[in-house]
Amino acid sequence: MSMTFDDGTFIRNEMAPVLPPPTQRIGAVAWMRENLFSGVLNTLLTVFGICLVALIVPPFVRFMFLDAVWAGENREACLGPEVGACWPFIQAKFGQLIYGFYPISERWRVDIVFAAGALLLVPLMVLSWPFKRINAFLFFVAYPVVAFVLLTGGNINASAFLLERFGLIRGLVGDAQIAGVNLVFWVDYVLTALLVMAAIGGLIALLGGSGRSAARTTFWVFLAFGLLIFIWDVDVGLDYVETRQWGGLLVTLVIAVTGIVASLPLGILLALGRRSQMPVVRLLSVVFIEFWRGVPLITVLFFATYMLPLFLPQGTNPDALLRALVGVALFSAAYMAEVVRGGLQAIPKGQYEGAMAMGLTWSQMMRLIVLPQALTLVIPGIVNSFISLFKDTTLVLIVSIFDFLGQLRASFTDPNWATPVTLYTGFAFAGVVYFLFCFGMSRYSLFVERRLNTSHRH
Amino acid sequence: MTDLAGPVGGRAKSSFINDPKVRSIGLQLIALVVVVFLGWSFTENARDNLAAQKIATGFGFLDNTAGFGINQTLIPYSETSTYGRAFVVGLLNTLLVAVVGIFLATIIGFLVGIGRLSKNFVVRTLSTVYVEVLRNLPPLFQILFWYLAVLSAMPGPRNSISLFGEVFISNRGIIIPRPLFGEGAGIVVWAIGLAILLAILFRHWAASRQEETGRFLPVLWVNLALIIGLPLIAMIATGFPISFEVPQLKGFNFVGGVQVIPEFVALTVALATYTAAFIAENVRSGIQSVSHGQTEAAHSLGLRHAQTLRLVIIPQAMRVIIPPLTSQYLNLTKNSSLAVGIGYPDLVAVFAGTALNQTGQAIEIIAITMGVYLLLSIITATIMNVYNKRVALVER
Repeated sequence: MSMTFDDGTFIRNEMAPVLPPPTQRIGAVAWMRENLFSGVLNTLLTVFGICLVALIVPPFVRFMFLDAVWAGENREACLGPEVGACWPFIQAKFGQLIYGFYPISERWRVDIVFAAGALLLVPLMVLSWPFKRINAFLFFVAYPVVAFVLLTGGNINASAFLLERFGLIRGLVGDAQIAGVNLVFWVDYVLTALLVMAAIGGLIALLGGSGRSAARTTFWVFLAFGLLIFIWDVDVGLDYVETRQWGGLLVTLVIAVTGIVASLPLGILLALGRRSQMPVVRLLSVVFIEFWRGVPLITVLFFATYMLPLFLPQGTNPDALLRALVGVALFSAAYMAEVVRGGLQAIPKGQYEGAMAMGLTWSQMMRLIVLPQALTLVIPGIVNSFISLFKDTTLVLIVSIFDFLGQLRASFTDPNWATPVTLYTGFAFAGVVYFLFCFGMSRYSLFVERRLNTSHRH
Repeated sequence: MTDLAGPVGGRAKSSFINDPKVRSIGLQLIALVVVVFLGWSFTENARDNLAAQKIATGFGFLDNTAGFGINQTLIPYSETSTYGRAFVVGLLNTLLVAVVGIFLATIIGFLVGIGRLSKNFVVRTLSTVYVEVLRNLPPLFQILFWYLAVLSAMPGPRNSISLFGEVFISNRGIIIPRPLFGEGAGIVVWAIGLAILLAILFRHWAASRQEETGRFLPVLWVNLALIIGLPLIAMIATGFPISFEVPQLKGFNFVGGVQVIPEFVALTVALATYTAAFIAENVRSGIQSVSHGQTEAAHSLGLRHAQTLRLVIIPQAMRVIIPPLTSQYLNLTKNSSLAVGIGYPDLVAVFAGTALNQTGQAIEIIAITMGVYLLLSIITATIMNVYNKRVALVER
């Protein structure tokens, strides 16, 4: 509606209707003009990219799903032209890929370890859930001990070994086993503990310190160590499974998780040592860290396999997996130390000064003020080093420990499944498994990073 | 920060055991004693073990005959050569993979990293997929994939894939023409060197001239002409002394040319593409670290887009990119030790593998191998520190 005056003036008294924008500026066509075909180079790149996608994606989908064989008993099912992935091969080898040669009747133990790990890990990873301290204690301390007993069968008879080497009263009493518990050893252990407590407490008291607190600390150390020996020693009735029979994803996870769990305390100590004011401690930490960071993991594994046994007393012949674990733990401790150091450096100086002004001792300051903040800050870094450790565990196949990739490689040689597509099927499956693990963890690390950035700004 | 070492205050009453200085000295003494004791007991044990197993000690074995063949040698080597020579062969093979791999990884990494920031949706998505997939698969997996699944699946020499009839790709590796240097080839090589020298001098001169007068000289075109033209003139003048021996298929295999073994191809390609994914991320974050204001300021000064990139963005981005880039180079070099997984004769496979099995001298051999990698790390770190000092922002 509009008004027209006598002199011909025209006044519009309502808003003009909004016209649709030019079709060249919106919609799919415009977006493509803007983003894909804005210039000669851009057009060429787009065409090249689309060609690449067309070249890779359809054959991939055909191989993985459309042409794939889903059921079969042996290689016969997967022979023939134009056959895609041979999934029955993975089905047949699945147990081997997950458990290695772990006895089939005992695989429930591995399942329990997997399930317990997941049950403890998930609440630890969800940042908002409560009971983080007790959860972390369960995952980093209790879980490895229990997992060790479940996987190996426990009953390692450490008490006899210790009694023979360090026993005080071995000569006095014979071997007295009561209900599977080596009584002589425990009497001996308590005696040793009391003696050491008295010695340390007395020495500290003599020097003018608090002898009682020193003795108390010693008591706790002995108690924890005794508990560990007891759990590992008691015969829970599980069959012994040697580590040579372990394999597949089990070994991959054992190495990666042990590496991280063992490297965390070691890495924290090294990081503190590197930032310490004591020149000798600092020098030792720097040399240790830079040495392990400077050499490739494969030489570390060679070191652990061939060189470490030479350094140990004659007669001790540690298990091959244990040796590899020691190498991996030392190696990842050096990387972990650098990650933790980054966190320590990010804590403002005011936090240290505030803690000191409150009259906290150095260890209280670290335990109560600095480390909780620093470790929260470096969660993404810890997850990232877990990812690289997870990828690096594949190297153990070079020192004849058959992890996931090693089992896969071994399964290629099975004549029952010798088909042209076996190799590709195996690589596709392993690739998907590794990718899901690593990609999932890297997403998680990114998520934590974003969360920490918004809520923990100093 | 000295006071971090121990509790503060209450010094008057408490005993000397609570004195931070005493504590610090005591702790350091304990640390020293532990380390010395460990070192001593390791040496003692090692001596006993070596004596019990009748393993020789010392580095004398380096002069003994190795007695094994190596399928890729850059220097003359035969089964009668010494272990010392085998060590050098392995080291050179490691360095070869490292150099070629770093070259390829840098190119792919920069392309993909720039692609990650592209406005083009297709290019951006493809680059992201590349980075995420390659980064999240173990390098050994990728090496085995290239070796077992890609290269072994290539056709045999008789049906090999031929590029321009000069380069042949088959399951025995890649065969490339071998350059033959005839008489006068030295002059051409000298001409190439001279051209590079002149190009560098011209660039310097052009830069200083631009500082004085503000006029730009076409550095790129002049230098291209120099580097291509001068050797070409030398070639024509000496009558084309450099020729290529093109590989010929004779019977079941190729004769002539240079054979690049499949292990080398698999290792280099896998490591280059794997490391490129990490380099791409470094490049992306480096470019993103240059604030957009820099681009706008450069544009408002009248610089064209290419000039903005070359003179403003890239120099600032490089300062952020180069330190992580070198650590990626170092990672690639260290990862080249995965060669042992497919049998490429690198330092670890030849020396810590075969030589160790034959001599049993684990301590010496592993110490030498670790020492080589440590040395490489230390050299790189030193160069990096010098570079960082030079390019560090001067805060005013």
